[in-house]
Amino acid sequence: MARVENKVALVTGAGSGLGRASALRLAEEGARVVVTDLNAEGGAETVAQIQAAGGTGFFIEHNVAEETEWLSVLAKVEQRYGQLDILVNNAGVFLVKPISATSLDEFRWQNSINVDGVFLGIKHGMALMEKSGGGSIVNISSIAGLVGAAISPAYCGSKGAVRLLTKACAMECAQKRNKIRINSIHPGGMLTPMLEEGMAALGGGDKVRASFESMAPIGHLGEALDIANGVVYLASEEAKYITGAELVIDGGITAA
Amino acid sequence: MGRVEGKVAIVTGGGSAGMGRVTSLLLASEGAKVVVGDINEAGAQETAEQIVAAGGEAVALRHDVASEEGWAEIIKLALDTYGRLDILDNNAAMFIAKPLMETSTTEFRRQNQVNVDGVFFGMKAAIPAMELTGGGAIVNISSGAGIVGFAAAGAYSSSKGAVRLMTKSMALECAQRQNNIRVNSIHPGPILTPMLEQGMDDLGGGDEVRGMFEGMAPMGHLGEALDIANGVLYLASEESKYVTGAELAIDGGFIAQ
Repeated sequence: MARVENKVALVTGAGSGLGRASALRLAEEGARVVVTDLNAEGGAETVAQIQAAGGTGFFIEHNVAEETEWLSVLAKVEQRYGQLDILVNNAGVFLVKPISATSLDEFRWQNSINVDGVFLGIKHGMALMEKSGGGSIVNISSIAGLVGAAISPAYCGSKGAVRLLTKACAMECAQKRNKIRINSIHPGGMLTPMLEEGMAALGGGDKVRASFESMAPIGHLGEALDIANGVVYLASEEAKYITGAELVIDGGITAA
Repeated sequence: MGRVEGKVAIVTGGGSAGMGRVTSLLLASEGAKVVVGDINEAGAQETAEQIVAAGGEAVALRHDVASEEGWAEIIKLALDTYGRLDILDNNAAMFIAKPLMETSTTEFRRQNQVNVDGVFFGMKAAIPAMELTGGGAIVNISSGAGIVGFAAAGAYSSSKGAVRLMTKSMALECAQRQNNIRVNSIHPGPILTPMLEQGMDDLGGGDEVRGMFEGMAPMGHLGEALDIANGVLYLASEESKYVTGAELAIDGGFIAQ
């Protein structure tokens, strides 16, 4: 018996990186996976990989910052599967700029995806989960949602918001007794296209990469699979007594 | 293929019908060979028998975590029997359910001998053994009361707070040593175990006391030992290979408030 057998999962930003790895692992553990992303090509590739491995999934193009798109995506999920059990709010963008160089438009853009996207996902995902008796929501925050990083204040602000939005919504669900658990994951430096772009924005090269590697006491970057395994755990019934919690997967960065 | 296939685990406090036994059984069902230690030898034997009856491998011994000599003995048993050590679940603990003002110095010290010295001795003894075979995972069972204060059990809370930061310090020390050993803590909320039942009795028992513990968790009910065992399994397995120095709360939302 697989760990999330027959559950229906929606993973945002699943066209690459942590999202793709999470979608693949959930499918491998028996879930039917709705892959969403702005990037249709990446999303299609994720679905192709799920199917090649014998799993079930389909793609919907999705801008998480738009409420109407959430409503239409969730309507399609309901129409196709009649339920939603797992929502992974993974889609995120990483603005690498000091606050002095960040424009208000950039700040709002950062928050529209990383914060509005999670808010909309929880609000509307929860409604569909309640219809089928509960579920598990996993929000991908960051260690930058726990401690400050000089290189990306807007990103830190957005990820800090995800951390406490998670806890507050977890409390709301507990009060409602709706059997929905909500938790956050806090990745450290994970080798993903998003981090690669961030490193490039900082000038790239070995020195920049080494600065990210050495952030972790373990001495190396993590991989997307490390996060995907955390997602599977929190999404599964194994974590049925975990809500409002933060799972840090960071090679020890925030332990110091 | 089990999730901890071929690994060798020591579980302390593995003889009680609480987290220790359930964790031992789960690790064994996922392929680990388990050395079950407990000060209650008959209980440890019973756990090992249940593992063997289910088709797994286990040995048991009487083990007092507060004794450094006892640690030398259990590590030797693991290495002599199974040739390696990969997982240590520092689970053994005691729970003095008393306000600090009513706690004697003897009780305070006893609380720390088991909950703090036991974890210190355990990590110190296990790490060299794990280093022999290239690494491992240590899971220390702290508590929600190791993160927030607990008026009904101040000595317990302080002992669990020590476990939380000893975990992070040891995780960093292992990272510095590049010894491929990860160290993490689990923070259970109110979990229905013999230890909690005894604590509830010490506080006067009855529906009111039980209601107080149930009400601690926003989810509104007590957790079960299996909830903790599943967390240990995750942190003990290769799935969490990038997790170290972290604290995993399994508490029905207790510390999220």
